[in-house]
Amino acid sequence: MAFDIGLALLVLGVAAWTIAARDTFAAVVGFVAYGLLLALVWVRLQAPDIALTEAALGSGLTGGLLVGASARLRHAEMPAPGETPGAVLKLASTVLCTLLSAGLAAIVFLLPEPAPTLAPQAAANIAATGLGNPVTAVLMAYRAIDTLLETVVLLLALVGIWSLAPNRVWGGFPGPRHQADPDSALTFVAQLLVPIGILVGIHIFWVGSVAPGGEFQGATILATMWILAMIAGLVSAPPVSRRWLRLLLVAGPAMFFGIGFAGFLAADAFLAYPETHAKLVILMIEIPVTLSIAATLGLLVAGPPERITQQ
Amino acid sequence: MPGSATAGGFLLIFAIALPLAGVLFSLALGGRYAERVALILMPAGVVVAVAIGATVWHTHDVLQYFVGNWDPPLGVAFRADGLSATMMVTAALLICGIGLFARTQLPVPRGVEERAPLVFWTLLLTVWGALNAVFVGGDLFNLYVALELLTFAAVPLVSLDGRAQTLRAAFRYLLFALFGSILYLLGAVVLYGTYGTLDIVLLSGRIRAEPAAWAAISLMTSGLLAKAALYPLHLWLPPAHAGAPAPASAVLSGLVVKAPFFLVVRLWFDVMPGLPEHAAAQVLGALGAAAIIFGSVVALRQVRLKLLIAYSTVAQIGYLFLMFPLAVEPETGHPWSTAAWTGGVLQAVSHAFAKAAMFMAAGLIAEALGHDRIAGLAGVGRVLPITVFAFALGGLSLMGLPPSGGFVAKAMLLTAAVAAGQWWWAVVVLTGGLLAGSYVFLVLARAVTDAIEPLSLAARISPGRQAVVLALALGAVVLGFVPLRPLELLQIGRPDMAIEAPR
Amino acid sequence: MSDAMLYGLCGAVLVGLGLFGLIVHPQPLRKILAFNLIGGGVFLLFGVVARRGAAAGLAGDPVPQALVITGLVVAFAATALAVALQVRLFQETGGRPDGQMDSRP
Repeated sequence: MAFDIGLALLVLGVAAWTIAARDTFAAVVGFVAYGLLLALVWVRLQAPDIALTEAALGSGLTGGLLVGASARLRHAEMPAPGETPGAVLKLASTVLCTLLSAGLAAIVFLLPEPAPTLAPQAAANIAATGLGNPVTAVLMAYRAIDTLLETVVLLLALVGIWSLAPNRVWGGFPGPRHQADPDSALTFVAQLLVPIGILVGIHIFWVGSVAPGGEFQGATILATMWILAMIAGLVSAPPVSRRWLRLLLVAGPAMFFGIGFAGFLAADAFLAYPETHAKLVILMIEIPVTLSIAATLGLLVAGPPERITQQ
Repeated sequence: MPGSATAGGFLLIFAIALPLAGVLFSLALGGRYAERVALILMPAGVVVAVAIGATVWHTHDVLQYFVGNWDPPLGVAFRADGLSATMMVTAALLICGIGLFARTQLPVPRGVEERAPLVFWTLLLTVWGALNAVFVGGDLFNLYVALELLTFAAVPLVSLDGRAQTLRAAFRYLLFALFGSILYLLGAVVLYGTYGTLDIVLLSGRIRAEPAAWAAISLMTSGLLAKAALYPLHLWLPPAHAGAPAPASAVLSGLVVKAPFFLVVRLWFDVMPGLPEHAAAQVLGALGAAAIIFGSVVALRQVRLKLLIAYSTVAQIGYLFLMFPLAVEPETGHPWSTAAWTGGVLQAVSHAFAKAAMFMAAGLIAEALGHDRIAGLAGVGRVLPITVFAFALGGLSLMGLPPSGGFVAKAMLLTAAVAAGQWWWAVVVLTGGLLAGSYVFLVLARAVTDAIEPLSLAARISPGRQAVVLALALGAVVLGFVPLRPLELLQIGRPDMAIEAPR
Repeated sequence: MSDAMLYGLCGAVLVGLGLFGLIVHPQPLRKILAFNLIGGGVFLLFGVVARRGAAAGLAGDPVPQALVITGLVVAFAATALAVALQVRLFQETGGRPDGQMDSRP
């Protein structure tokens, strides 16, 4: 209990520092630390799947995205003198936010006991899915439509980001150029880390059916490795008009839809799985989805096309 | 157990899956085919929407589907009642019209993939699929994902032309939309923590009048109001809708902004039907009234045509929220049998057609003249007569003059206000109509006067393109033939259905 | 379940903190950071609900846990889009894409 109190206070402290810091870059660094602490909180809340996702995606990829952005937006992030809020606004906001937090805290304490839960139903039906991880069962079976829509959401966010490119560089290479310096420490670390990271990512995806892990966590790790390789200059970002890239991005949602429609024939409903081969069918969805999501996440961080030539 | 899946429920899946599958094809095949994929899917989508409407009408029952054969609360359900079917048919027809219009606005060049056409057609299809998911969604978290999909498709449409001004408008739109989503999610977590499900039908059975429920509904409604740009959370809408290209503005003002309103209706009348909410409904109505007055007055002061139309959207959205204090039926307690229910939905549908036509007309005018300053509109009436006529027809609906769907909608809101003894809303409706008449007249008066010097046209507009705009405006007019009684279709699928109007 | 309640308090405070940051900071990136904080608080509340729902041999209700994972992914996509909009806006109005800054008035 004491550990939890300390952890909660630490999370709140770092979060408060993220809000209060003057420099945006410092705030982003604080945010990454907050994310890692939050992953610890998730472990304490007996949610290891979420802890993995928070650490890799919420802290890692988001942090990388924001660090890159804060470096590029350095000059825009200094507020003009007329823009900084006055004391009155700050006071009013403090009161409003305190009231909101107090209200939410009250609701949390007023939550009914015993808590309503779907755990018994989830546990009872998990045998039909052939899975051992109940969270994966929810994501890929009971509420698979949410996951399907979510893969489309990711893809559309990417289209939205790509739409920001100027017309003349459409179809080009995303993100600023990264020169590979063969002697730098970054290149060395990347050459060491990326293959290991890829293996870790595949492993985490694979065990997700019976242990904490799954496609999102695995895909995030794969995406992180890809980004690391791109930053270190080991590989270059592909131009967004390449057919193979488009097919890779689309393969996951397409397979998801395809198997969903096959469910009409094989198991009498959209996204229903045949009783005996459920796990195999789920795997058939998960593999392309993991690859597609990994590519999408990597490209989301890379940003819109910025140049039409490699250099 | 909320019943079982009904025959024909698979149509609901097709309504969502067809447009989204089209997006996947467009991306994979490349931008040159995006338009073709969209144009093939549009009639198919209309067929699916009409089929859903016909099935709902014939069976006089909700069309229900459990995805993956998992029953709620564990699984996710899709449900289409008369209200859903109406909105889906509206969306399908409108997207068709916008698609036909946009063919000529965003020509697809041969041989090379260009940014704007691929992005536009992909986002248009996504908006369609997301809208259908919102209209049939039966689970509050699934609706959250659908709302996010809608936002991510709508925001880049605003900044399609890449200017700094539209980028700023798009960012502000995104911030408001994300703010709304967070509040919505906050309400959802309170609901799940208290009742153990996010399925709409199951929730309606479990919800009680306790602080947690009030807090959740308030949070979710506030979030949806931010997305619907109801006063005072409307600041993002005018620059966003005015800055987008004309077909994008049409879909944004006509359809995208109606989805959060639809969800507020679902929340208030489906999730918490029995809970007493008179005071809160009056608050919603008051915000709607403020939107009507404020939006119309500011529209009068606009210099640019597209901004005037955008502020008009802010005002017309206010009418939608007058439905809440007025849809109170004292005898049976069934809100959907009131005139206000039909009036509100009809306002949403006819405004969709009218506003889409007006934005597209403004787009053609801007293309012909090279600008969209209202002061410089003299002579346009001679050059683009069909377009200006279509604009005028759309204006009829905004003003609430016959024959138009807007007239029927506002008349029903008026009768509901008088019948309920809440005459102050009647004053608001009438004032709003006068103000709308003023700003529509402002534009038309300029447009039909002759230019002092001969107009130098930036482009010639073919009558074919103007005909599409006219077709949509006529859609709003055709709705004027809906009888001035509560509509039976809109009452199908409501719990304890009581049909008010004799056939 | 008192440790779950403690983290529920933590989540409630995070939401308030994030909202404060959202209102008070004019810079877009800080607003995006604040949004992520609010989102973290909301997800924490989901996690508390999940922990309280431990039953049938499971340490937590898997449905809210799955919802959090979905929410985290959607939140990341939103952050990426918001950041890209800001970077593009900056390129249109301010410095040049290769990093050199125009002198600002």
